Amino acid sequence: MDLLIDILTWASFISGSFFLFIGSLGMIRLRDFWARLHAASVIDSAGIGLLFLGMMLQTGLSLITVKTLLIIGFLLITGPTASHAVANAAFSSGSRPRDLVEDASSTKPTAKKRTPRRAKKPATKKNGNA
Amino acid sequence: MFVLPTIAIAVCMAMLLFRLFAGPTLYDRVLALNTFGTCTVLLIGAVGLLFERPEFLDIALLYALINFVGTIAVLKFFRYRRLGDSSEDADMIMSPANNNASDNAGESGRNT
Repeated sequence: MDLLIDILTWASFISGSFFLFIGSLGMIRLRDFWARLHAASVIDSAGIGLLFLGMMLQTGLSLITVKTLLIIGFLLITGPTASHAVANAAFSSGSRPRDLVEDASSTKPTAKKRTPRRAKKPATKKNGNA
Repeated sequence: MFVLPTIAIAVCMAMLLFRLFAGPTLYDRVLALNTFGTCTVLLIGAVGLLFERPEFLDIALLYALINFVGTIAVLKFFRYRRLGDSSEDADMIMSPANNNASDNAGESGRNT
């Protein structure tokens, strides 16, 4: 039984560390703020969940488990909320994702077009007029 | 056993510091700061279990709450350029001259 718990703990730790590394690598490598939101959400959900799951398995059933569950619950609630607040602030400040196809029938005010850094494909431009 | 996640979290925080200092916009920095605080919560918990002091989880729980409030406070400060809730601040936010700035604002600004 101890061996099974150890194996599960190691699996959680290794996969959680992998997701942490992938998320922080994405925070460095991705080029856009809107792309980096995805990398941050990987850390906020997968890394947190798996690492704290491993800690819960290792400490056994006690008051520590309740505290760990509380931390997981708070982080799973506040992480996406903070990400949404940051994204909402960036959107209302005029930042837009690159290669955004604007909806012509939308009644929302659209931001000014940003000049793309790389050459756009002509197919995406024609879609904007349809 | 807890050495592996501790080292992984430390490496992750070091990589996040790069984005925190090199972020081209304010929102990149706020996003990196929020993720950095989340990694700090993980690090406190992992170090507490590594040195067999599970009381550190209380500190981690407190840090998780403070981190969220801090992120929201930074965002609110850079939108309204102040954090107080005096009456003249509410007048400034509700005045029609500043309507376009508070167009998409949440209820946090209007309730002050």
